[in-house]
Amino acid sequence: MTLRRSMLFLPGSNAAMLSTAFVFEADSFMFDLEDAVSLREKDTARLLVYHALKMPAYAKREKVVRINPLSTPFGRLDLEAVVRAGVDVVRLPKTDTAEDVADLETEVERIERACGREVGSTRLMAAIESASGVVNALAIAKASPRIMGIALAGFDYVMDMQTQRGDGTELFYARCAVLHAARAARVDAFDVVFGDVNDEAGFLKEVDLIKRLGFTGKSLINPRQIELLHNAFAPAQEEVDYARRVVAAAAQAEEKGLGVVSLNGKMVDAPVIAMAERVLQRAAASGVRQ
Amino acid sequence: MNDIADRLAGASTPALAGLEPYAGFAAKTPYLASREEKRSRKLCASLEEAVRKAGLADGMTISFHHAFREGDKTINDVVAALATMGFKNLTLASSSLLSCNAPLIEHIKSGVISRIYTSGMRGKLAEALSHGLMDEPVNIHSHGGRVALIQSGELKIDVAFLGVSTADDFGNANGVSGRSRCGSLGYAMVDAQFAAKVVLLAEEIVPFPNAPASIRHDQVDFVVKVDQIGDPSKISIGAARITSNPRELLIAKFAADVVEHCGFFEQGFSLQTGSGASATAVTRFIENRMRKRGITASFALGGITGSIVDLHKKGLIETIIDTQSFDADAAESLRTSPRHLEVSTNQYASPRGKAAYVDQVDIVVLSALEVDLDFNVNVITGSDGVMRGASGGHSDVAAGANLAIVVAPLIRSRIPTVVRRVNTVVTPGECIGVLVTDHGVAVNPARPEVAERLKAAGLPVLSIEELHERAVSITGEPRPIEYLDKVVGIVRYRDGTVIDVVRQVKG
Amino acid sequence: MNIVRDSIAGTLESNDLLVKVSPAQDEGLELHVNSEVIHQFGAQIEAVVRETLSRLGVTNALVLIEDKGALDCSIRARVQAAVLRASDATGIDWEALS
Repeated sequence: MTLRRSMLFLPGSNAAMLSTAFVFEADSFMFDLEDAVSLREKDTARLLVYHALKMPAYAKREKVVRINPLSTPFGRLDLEAVVRAGVDVVRLPKTDTAEDVADLETEVERIERACGREVGSTRLMAAIESASGVVNALAIAKASPRIMGIALAGFDYVMDMQTQRGDGTELFYARCAVLHAARAARVDAFDVVFGDVNDEAGFLKEVDLIKRLGFTGKSLINPRQIELLHNAFAPAQEEVDYARRVVAAAAQAEEKGLGVVSLNGKMVDAPVIAMAERVLQRAAASGVRQ
Repeated sequence: MNDIADRLAGASTPALAGLEPYAGFAAKTPYLASREEKRSRKLCASLEEAVRKAGLADGMTISFHHAFREGDKTINDVVAALATMGFKNLTLASSSLLSCNAPLIEHIKSGVISRIYTSGMRGKLAEALSHGLMDEPVNIHSHGGRVALIQSGELKIDVAFLGVSTADDFGNANGVSGRSRCGSLGYAMVDAQFAAKVVLLAEEIVPFPNAPASIRHDQVDFVVKVDQIGDPSKISIGAARITSNPRELLIAKFAADVVEHCGFFEQGFSLQTGSGASATAVTRFIENRMRKRGITASFALGGITGSIVDLHKKGLIETIIDTQSFDADAAESLRTSPRHLEVSTNQYASPRGKAAYVDQVDIVVLSALEVDLDFNVNVITGSDGVMRGASGGHSDVAAGANLAIVVAPLIRSRIPTVVRRVNTVVTPGECIGVLVTDHGVAVNPARPEVAERLKAAGLPVLSIEELHERAVSITGEPRPIEYLDKVVGIVRYRDGTVIDVVRQVKG
Repeated sequence: MNIVRDSIAGTLESNDLLVKVSPAQDEGLELHVNSEVIHQFGAQIEAVVRETLSRLGVTNALVLIEDKGALDCSIRARVQAAVLRASDATGIDWEALS
């Protein structure tokens, strides 16, 4: 089971971070060429990321790069560099429409052909950062078979909505809309970053919310958040115990040729069995919550 | 009693031969004849007066403690005074030396100091010594090893100069009262016990009897009041603050996992955590693990930090055994908690003493500059071959503990920490059980049972060769350091034997 | 690739390096490497810089390196960035950068 709970931001211009971050157990590493890099460092950050992507130390990691929008002077050069360097996923910022994805795909395919990379091997991810993006989320999520997920990005979105970050109320609709679009399109859904690294309680509260909503994972700005997030996403021991009993009951029913599965005298529906199997898969992949 | 001659007259027995007749109650203790002098006889108006009275001469050995670490104001001032007084050819036996001791360079050049015994050295002094400043190599010892050198007779301290925050006029002294409190006087207690003459440099003279008497009046020859012995705010540099560096925290978390699953984490266990960011941070991660298992530690040993004190206050560590207080929290706890005990480095770690606390330790977490494929640890020379660390209690507690865990980042800057062969061996690999890095954990093949437990707990256990290959695959293969023939340091193992030498680096 | 102006790329942070590229004062390549790991990696750093310059076709230039323990991949990136900034080239030959 491939988990994408944590997507760790790495500023593309920070050589020390790129040279050491592979020790962390994030599910995906997102090298950032956009907002974390100042205008005058765009060229050298692009080259740092280009070479970092090829480091053997990152070979077994899922590598995502957030490029600059194609409308900027940097976007196409970013794309050229990272597709050639073997990035797994290109994250497009400020995605407003399905056409944005289509434009990106055309460019990616051109570069894949030019450098001899298998066409289609570069996956895409769209970050939704505006009211239009939220409204168009389903079309964006379905815009290309290369799309592996869509992410909500909070800062630009709340600006566009003429509000500001607060207790989460301001993101309520956007979270639900992006999540529904992702699930309808059968792709992953990623929540916004949580900015205050030292506020562990606040972080865990937000993680609990997005986990219960059904998000696949969350973008992170500091490696210290990884373990907290993974632990929160891990099933609790009671959940695992219950799932084991459900799966055992299902196996027993199948063995006996019974059409109906029951546990402690109560009938167990097929979706409950499917859910129990998912819980056990997740426990095998991420352990039990501590 | 003027008839003493009469009383003895005619008594002829060989048993009286050579015995002196009584000559008055103060004949041997003349100060007792003066109500004033009997109280003030040890007080000296100046350091120079104390030096003269102590009989210091060229070629002798002087000693100091380093409890103030980078805040020390005693060592430099005393040596400068001795230089002014014209002394030459002295042996300096400080329990350790730090960056703040750079002013000693000029006194080495001018011949005031010609030999050094120390646990470590840093900064400009270390650079200069590494580049051949002295004719005689520096003897580098562990904390317990220093006591053993004294006990074996090799290191004879003629005059100890010991900075204390308070003393009474008789010399009862401690480091937990007064202005400049360093906490435990563990190092100084040894010198007070063994030096031929003991001079206290006291920041405050307090009314008799001063208590607690970490240094006792029966050990002290002279007391001098000085303006300041040290700055306690500079003790804790790099030692006490809990790191926020994610890599150091990752290492600390792995180390806490190792502590939890190594087989010694049970009710009443004992531990020591060394200085260094990751080693200190381990303490933070252990708390939850102790609560989860419902266990408490019987004692924590060593250089004590605020995070150990925190667990003590929460009832998770019953007793603290403190030979050096690494921050103000530790010093304050030593002053106030009845189960926070001050011990000398003799009690702490001497292999020649009749027992040492290190022998009772279950788990110790230590730092390293380099670790090699045989698990030998270097904590004294940097990757460039220049001395810049301290032997400390590393080899002492590694030898005594049931399991020694070494924590270090696999790579520092571009320099691998795991190497084929360490530049300098301080602690032999046979005493090291587990190496914890940010890239995974290696277990000494001599401890297969520990490896099994850690694997069963799901820890990323690799061989040390695999860790080394991983480091080199990232950094490239470093070229060996080039050395000259001249030996600048002799590394003494804790039992006095020579475990390695440090040669002068080329260039 | 012709070096036509002065340029700088990189930082003096740990694990990074600062590269300064200038037009050559005489014919040829003049390279000065300063590094905090010079004893262990000086030769390796110089080899990586020379190879990177050679692949970019830089034959006349003054190149100064102030290294703070950067890995080879960062050295390549910073040297390439400094050269591209200092050159009169339009467009990027990606093959020369790999």
